[in-house]
Amino acid sequence: MTQQASTTTREHLKPPVTHVGVLGWIRKNLFNSWFNSLLTVLVLYGLLVTIPPLFKWAFVDSLWYSSPQACREIDGACWSIIPKNARFIFFGFYPEDQQWRPLTAMILLFALVFYTQNRRSWNRALFPIWTFGLVVMGWLMHGGLGLPVVETAKWSGLPLTLTLSLFGMVGAYPLGVLLALGRRSKLPVIHSMSVIYIELIRGVPLISLLFMSSIMFPLFLPEGVTIDKVLRAQVAIILFTAAYIAEVVRGGLQAIPKGQYEAADSLGLNYPQAMRLIVLPQALKIVIPPSVGILISAFKDTSLVVIIALYDVLKTTKVTLSNPLWMGFSSEAYLALALLYFIFCYAMSRYSRKLEKALHTGH
Amino acid sequence: MGIAMADKNIQKTSSDSDRPIIEIIGMHKWYGDFHVLADINLRVQEKERIVICGPSGSGKSTLIRCINRLEEHQRGQIIVDGIELTSDIKNIEKVRAEVGMVFQHFNLFPHLTIIENLTLGPVWVRKMPKKEAEEAAMMYLEKVRIAEQAKKYPGQLSGGQQQRVAIARSLCMNPRVMLFDEPTSALDPEMIKEVLDVMIDLAREGMTMLVVSHEMGFAKSVADRVMFMDDGQILEENNPNDFFDNPQHERTKLFLSQIL
Repeated sequence: MTQQASTTTREHLKPPVTHVGVLGWIRKNLFNSWFNSLLTVLVLYGLLVTIPPLFKWAFVDSLWYSSPQACREIDGACWSIIPKNARFIFFGFYPEDQQWRPLTAMILLFALVFYTQNRRSWNRALFPIWTFGLVVMGWLMHGGLGLPVVETAKWSGLPLTLTLSLFGMVGAYPLGVLLALGRRSKLPVIHSMSVIYIELIRGVPLISLLFMSSIMFPLFLPEGVTIDKVLRAQVAIILFTAAYIAEVVRGGLQAIPKGQYEAADSLGLNYPQAMRLIVLPQALKIVIPPSVGILISAFKDTSLVVIIALYDVLKTTKVTLSNPLWMGFSSEAYLALALLYFIFCYAMSRYSRKLEKALHTGH
Repeated sequence: MGIAMADKNIQKTSSDSDRPIIEIIGMHKWYGDFHVLADINLRVQEKERIVICGPSGSGKSTLIRCINRLEEHQRGQIIVDGIELTSDIKNIEKVRAEVGMVFQHFNLFPHLTIIENLTLGPVWVRKMPKKEAEEAAMMYLEKVRIAEQAKKYPGQLSGGQQQRVAIARSLCMNPRVMLFDEPTSALDPEMIKEVLDVMIDLAREGMTMLVVSHEMGFAKSVADRVMFMDDGQILEENNPNDFFDNPQHERTKLFLSQIL
């Protein structure tokens, strides 16, 4: 009764115009106190002072495809350094007449990644497709079977960065998961070995691992035996990243309620089944955000391989800048490189959010 | 009584029928120094239905969790369907496949749909073809009156529905024994009945059941024996009529006066 009375007498009132729409938003977010109003004005002034000149430098006065001499005549940005040196920056010392090979390999890689990002393609066919793709990529990069062989020492630029990152992530993740399970094992030997591994690796910087892999490790090998330098760096990156992944995954494992383990046990599932079917799918879903954080930083850390004289895309850019013709255009070169890194990292970050949403079943 | 019933079961040989399906002899368990179960002796015949009650901390949940070795005992013997529970993991897995367990908090797998929750055990443990497992699962879902929810995720179901799914999940393994660990304690009052109804159906069909519960109405209507536990011991056991009308032990009387 009373409820009915109140609904009939109630007028349909709209909120005041200063509290909705654009005006409401501006008022609520930018001018809701004297201090915030002051900040807003200051920030607007700062943007006004910096943005137009920056825009002028980057887009109006800039040159995009010119000789270095022409660049020296102008005040604007000399983006020409990138297209004019693209071959060296992207492919480094890979023989020039063979550079179609890493290009094709990269296109193939992007195609595979694009195909895989769709969850509908996650089925039994995925593994053979990737295996086949990686074999083809390896053949393109290395040669043989009709193609001239290109030693890994000459792999450089973007293909090297991508190789180190891709195998770094793909190798480190399963190893990290195993280490996390090992650290939670009840068997003392497995437990303590996992703890020692994780703590030792996390206790040293990646640079020192890379140094060890390139300088110390060969000393232990019998005479005449050599292991590829890129491979050694790759292993160091995998071992390093795995330790971080392990701790993140362990966090996820701890978040799974005991009841889930008990339910899996009481169905008669054995340990590998319980982990693979029940615990890990839930734990890994929880740790998508921090794992992707680690993978992103692993991607960026591949640039540290310069210290063992591998020429990744950062190093090839630096070499370009040391060319007297192009010396002095480092802002442009590094900005372009930063954009390249950003595109890869942002793509990973976006994908992780998409995946999180797709896997959400909590309701 | 258990023997007489077992005779009707054509799958059983005569030697099987005198053998209890669960036999616990002089079993003790400690948590550190705390003596949580003391000298437990229990024989459960096939098709028997036993309700275990007692105050919280009396060890009743621990007792049934020992039967599928979610907890391990330190002394005495537990023999389930002729297999003694030791630290041998293969034996434990065998026993667990034969013994269904229903938990207080359902413990459904939240990342799998209802039907996937049900087929997981048969497919991976029993190596049943997926299609066959799905057909069986649908049959059990119908039995617990929830078939229309098969494609949903556990998080979309009410507590009572989830518990019925949990019962169906255990049934899919075709267990010889079902253990229930306070199956209705985490439910809102209006959902308790739907779960108890499913359990009563099961009891009528002759499932061997061990139920830790304070649902005395359920105990009265389906139990063959009711046990009272306190301080890690089985203090008293009797048929439900005598147990409720004429409790022997002081502590049983006190307990019953508090919950009835």
